[in-house]
Amino acid sequence: MSAMHVNVERDRCCSSGQCVMTVPEIFEQDDQDGLVRVLLSAVPAPRFADVRLAAELCPGGAITVTEDDGAGTAA
Amino acid sequence: MSTPTAPVTMIPARHDTACPFAPPPAYTEAASTGPVSRAELPDGSPCWLVTGYQEVRTVLSDRRFSADARRPAFPFLTEGRRELVAANPSFLRLDDPEHARLRRMVTGDFLVKRVEEMRPGIQQIVDEALDRMIARGGPAGPADLVADFALPVPSLVICLLLGVPYEDREEFQANSRLLLTTEADDRDVARAQEELLDYLGRLAERKRTEPGEDILSRLATREDLTLREIASTGVLLLVAGHETTANMIGLSTALLLRHPEQVARLADPAAVPGAVEELLRLLTIVHTGVPRLAVEDVELGGTLIRAGDGVMAMLSTANRDDGLFGTEGHLGVDEVDLDREARRHVSFGFGVHQCLGQPLARAELQIALATLFRRLPGLRLAVPEEELEFRTEALIYGLGSLPVRW
Repeated sequence: MSAMHVNVERDRCCSSGQCVMTVPEIFEQDDQDGLVRVLLSAVPAPRFADVRLAAELCPGGAITVTEDDGAGTAA
Repeated sequence: MSTPTAPVTMIPARHDTACPFAPPPAYTEAASTGPVSRAELPDGSPCWLVTGYQEVRTVLSDRRFSADARRPAFPFLTEGRRELVAANPSFLRLDDPEHARLRRMVTGDFLVKRVEEMRPGIQQIVDEALDRMIARGGPAGPADLVADFALPVPSLVICLLLGVPYEDREEFQANSRLLLTTEADDRDVARAQEELLDYLGRLAERKRTEPGEDILSRLATREDLTLREIASTGVLLLVAGHETTANMIGLSTALLLRHPEQVARLADPAAVPGAVEELLRLLTIVHTGVPRLAVEDVELGGTLIRAGDGVMAMLSTANRDDGLFGTEGHLGVDEVDLDREARRHVSFGFGVHQCLGQPLARAELQIALATLFRRLPGLRLAVPEEELEFRTEALIYGLGSLPVRW
């Protein structure tokens, strides 16, 4: 089973909203400070591609995606 | 380093009137020679033209490139602008932490969920603008789609958000255009900026005692902001909030009228967001490039850029990267293909300065274009396309007017 985990560095977030528009199930913007929050850090398989795209589109480079192919190696 | 014989692109380059929807050919030609090439600013100083997709993203997101326009040698299209920006830098032209401090005071107003809540209000503004245009133009037109629709919709939305009276639009729209043209006299541009700053400053002062439910009121009642900072942020939001979206609505309409087969895609609500991304990609209204100054030596696309060198990041050529957008089964990157996966475009910029209002711009474009073509299925140009006036001298590309019938 492959797995994907997503982490954010909130101080790099510039509130562009790209991640929320791309995968609203995984990311949200905090009501108080407008910065990114992760709703679900263990990403379900059908959302892998969207989360990779969200990380790529993040203008502040705030999103890190860790993928484990199931053989114990993380990429 | 480039060899002395490498071509030097003169900035700003001219558009080809035969291809009015494309960026100036000199930029696409430069892009074909490599991702980074030599260019010259109007004052004769050299700068780097960055045209490749990855390289543009690097320039706009790597802190070795500064957005602080007060730095000596920061690249400008006119000398007059250097003094103006130095005197009144909005957060668009500052680096962190100054930039983040000011930007974060307004991020809450443009969150995706805030904009989603605004959709019914935007729909109403769009419907009413169309009602007025149809009432004025009669059962079949004509009307000027720019003056009667493309400009009023985003102007009304940003006025409402900021707390600026829409009745004052003639003055702020005229001054915004002066700020965004490369051909005005420096003194006229300076006067336009002063008038806008004074206007927003006076409004903010009034809101200190009579606050409303709007952005200016909220900024005006903060104690950690000077009146000048509030006015600068207000001018940035007001100008960026209406000129950009207005030009996108006008240009998108003119482009779609050339492609009736594509217009049908807008009837499918699920296809509209993707269609708008493709229009943003192809039209990339910031044709002149985004200026930065290298503050360290950087190796970029095989070229050594020295600390102190000016750089122009060309969004329009980045958005035509064949490897990224020229996917099989779709039209070429110079053609509009509303089903293309275009979300990787950099039309809103990249890095920490990426457009703050992008969720709002997207919502306005989606609602405006889908509603326009649904309500006026017979929409067509009222003049031959060669007669359309494209604003080739503007920092934000667009149409001066768009005569239509329906």
